[in-house]
Amino acid sequence: MRPLHIRNSKGRRLSLDPSTVPAIELVGIDKKFGPVHANKNINLGVAKGTIHGIIGENGAGKSTLMSILYGFYQADQGEIRIGGRPTVIRDSQAAIAAGIGMVHQHFMLVENFTVIENITLGVEGGPLLGQSVDRARVELQRLEKEYGLEVDPDAVIEELPVGAQQRVEILKALYRGAEILILDEPTGALTPAEADHLFNVLRILRDQGKTIILITHKLREIMAITDTVSVMRRGEMVATRATAETTVEELAELMVGRRVLLRVEKGEANPGAVLLSVTNLTVKDSRGVTMVDNVSFEVKAGEIVGIAGVAGNGQSELLEAIAGIRKPTSGEILIDGQPVAGLDASRRRDLGLAHIPEDRHHMGLVLKFEEYENSILGYHRDPKYGRGALLDLDAIRADAEEKIAKYDIRPPNPRLKTANFSGGNQQKIVVAREIERDPKLLIVGQPTRGVDVGAIEFIHRRIIETRDAGKAVLLVSVELDEVRSLSDRILVMFAGRIVGEKTSDAGEQTLGLMMAGIAA
Amino acid sequence: MTTASVPLPNWISYGLIPLLNLMLAFFFSGLVVWAIGENPLKALNFLIQGSLGRGDAIGFTLFYTTSFIFTGLSVAVAFHAGLFNIGSEGQAYVGGLGAALAALALDHYVPWYVTMPFAIAGAAIFGAAWALIPAWLQAKRGSHVVITTIMFNFIGAALMVYLLVNVFIVPGKMAPETRTFLPGGQLPKLDWLMGLFGLDQGPAPFNVSFLIALVMCYLVWLLIWRTKLGYEMRTLGISPSAAIYAGVPYVRTVIIAMLISGGLAGMMALNAVNGAAARLQVEFVAGAGFVGIAVSLMGRSHPVGIILAAFLFGILYQGGADLSFEMPSITRDMIVVIQGLVILFAGALEYMLRPTVVRIYQQFVKA
Ligand SMILES: Nc1ncnc2c1ncn2[C@@H]1O[C@H](COP(=O)(O)OP(=O)(O)OP(=O)(O)O)[C@@H](O)[C@H]1O
Ligand SMILES: [Mg+2]
Repeated sequence: MRPLHIRNSKGRRLSLDPSTVPAIELVGIDKKFGPVHANKNINLGVAKGTIHGIIGENGAGKSTLMSILYGFYQADQGEIRIGGRPTVIRDSQAAIAAGIGMVHQHFMLVENFTVIENITLGVEGGPLLGQSVDRARVELQRLEKEYGLEVDPDAVIEELPVGAQQRVEILKALYRGAEILILDEPTGALTPAEADHLFNVLRILRDQGKTIILITHKLREIMAITDTVSVMRRGEMVATRATAETTVEELAELMVGRRVLLRVEKGEANPGAVLLSVTNLTVKDSRGVTMVDNVSFEVKAGEIVGIAGVAGNGQSELLEAIAGIRKPTSGEILIDGQPVAGLDASRRRDLGLAHIPEDRHHMGLVLKFEEYENSILGYHRDPKYGRGALLDLDAIRADAEEKIAKYDIRPPNPRLKTANFSGGNQQKIVVAREIERDPKLLIVGQPTRGVDVGAIEFIHRRIIETRDAGKAVLLVSVELDEVRSLSDRILVMFAGRIVGEKTSDAGEQTLGLMMAGIAA
Repeated sequence: MTTASVPLPNWISYGLIPLLNLMLAFFFSGLVVWAIGENPLKALNFLIQGSLGRGDAIGFTLFYTTSFIFTGLSVAVAFHAGLFNIGSEGQAYVGGLGAALAALALDHYVPWYVTMPFAIAGAAIFGAAWALIPAWLQAKRGSHVVITTIMFNFIGAALMVYLLVNVFIVPGKMAPETRTFLPGGQLPKLDWLMGLFGLDQGPAPFNVSFLIALVMCYLVWLLIWRTKLGYEMRTLGISPSAAIYAGVPYVRTVIIAMLISGGLAGMMALNAVNGAAARLQVEFVAGAGFVGIAVSLMGRSHPVGIILAAFLFGILYQGGADLSFEMPSITRDMIVVIQGLVILFAGALEYMLRPTVVRIYQQFVKA
């Protein structure tokens, strides 16, 4: 066969690509995990120099398909063609050799290494680190300039904001010669500005001839940036469209198989007694930086109070302080009238608190546990789950199965290891556990991160029902739309302070300026 | 990263891979034996015969197995809570004090089965007490248990020698040991159990503490997988941040886990002190605490795995002693080398073969 690629002296690819051959072609890809048929006979072609979106419900098989392309899993059947040539991708090294790079949802960076160390890691190309770092620096500057991917090469990863860490992941892939870039839910943890920045980078990459596959649950993003889009449902590829010829409504319907309400419908709030009261609260992070600065507010029964703000302005620390995870330096928190200073998370749950944490992987779930074990995390001392010292596994599993059915968690198997659920289904496990406790006060961080449109609709409805049942809800989300559509009152946080309060009909503009610390 | 998360069926993870590891260990041990000019197959034969070939050989093998089950469980319980207890050796040693005190106090007056619960309690309480300070330092001050438990091994050893030489020694005798317990302070041998299989254990010290060890295996299983405390320990061990979120009390959980771990280590003394020697001697633990680390590692911190791994090390201990007797050019030190190879392959290099096995397995299921 005629070689489609040659390599130059630096080992980088030069394409001699006739644009008629798709950059990537998946033919009849099939993958089962035991009884779960994650990918059913998938066919997909992506033209070179385009951005292709893949959407689908939670557990539809998107990440699995990309993992097969990246050599993380082996398909049971089917063929991968790169540039028209059948290619066996055994592992990530083979994927990299075939010019495929992947930006994982959970970054694969060494936290306490610098940017340049992370980028050269594993491709040092010689025994002397100094030399290869110098070489890398030159190459990196070129890549940064070419694609608008600015990051400080000497910054330590853990001190960089999420958006910058992601740029490092992209640089890492490009540095290894990637021609095809896979991004699995890249905007989940990004602020809107960071997401815009990412999309600019992706556009430049595309215009330079790179091929990009983008998985996201945000249909807005699909419409804004992709050239073509495919829809997966229950392991099958059910449709492919040119983005210009489709609409958000059509895509949502293709994904879920029914019409989806993309708006939240809720009635008037009916505020009652104060269930959460925060007074002059100040919280410092582990480095001693003040993250929450003398904040006071109340949340009443029967209302949803949303906190809007750009990520990193103290919302996370505020939630953690209320939940009993982080100790405040000063101030008072009352839950249902009771001071909670000195109570740990489980004592606060006893007072009627439920908490959907922002970070499900570090807090909300123990990924190595089976699903049913996570369905009681934090509530395991409840006599309902076993009297005395013992756990009543039958009761716990029955309870877990009920929640699985109610929240449509897939696959409906309480014995499956939590890590083997898809991202969105993991989120549903947490949401189900916390909302089904019927708490007095529900505090929620990023409730719909990584969740598909159908499930967003469902989770939003459950949060509103919680409010209507006379509970108090405190909501933190970086999705301004989500805050605006769910909240009865909106507090805007900037630099650790609450800089203003608005009603839910406040305009995006107004809120945006407040979030940037410009107007009050 | 590429194959680590590929799920494998249990019979491969827990059956085939450990077996392959073991075969590799024996292969390299064979090379060592061959290098010093002996016949590896003959050596293997001596090893097997010496540990499993006769009634008394089996009795000794099971005696060692019993000690290793206790210390293996000890390491495993701490491990589930995310703690690496290197101090089982010292906790077992001090546990011997509790076991001996019970025997010395009661053996004149009551039969063994009345003394037994007191000996168990004494061994467990003293062993747990020896884990308390490292536990407290870890929980409250963040001083790493790995460091503090190692230090406590040395302190424990010094303390025990002091007590045996200055307090418990029988007047007029040279050996630093207590008086011999009367039958009322001993744990009887399990001749009847061996008899069921038509075996005669002869002088081998295989005794009732083996049954106690099996009961503890069940209780540890119950603790880890069926109790709320075990659930909290596992949460803390796997994900400290999720434990904070769930309100698992860190200080309490760490201290309790370490106390249970120390108690289990202490109970190893039942086997050596009340069962075998019928007196408390210096250095009776003889490394069983450290073997416990390997046993727990190899047994994947699961009681069933621990029983199997303890049995394997029992074979190596007993068969190894016999082997160095039969083949004088294979010294005690060579046996330690072979044990080291087993630990290396079965424990530390657990994941070495995994990627290859995953690859073959994937080829296989595809076909
Ligand atoms: N290692 C595994 N073992 C067993 N089942 C798995 C494994 N990995 C994925 N699955 C299952 O395969 C199905 C597809 O999962 P996948 O992660 O591809 O979904 P997804 O489309 O990426 O969903 P999401 O939008 O929620 O991220 C799910 O039902 C999931 O539970
Ligand atoms: Mg996914």
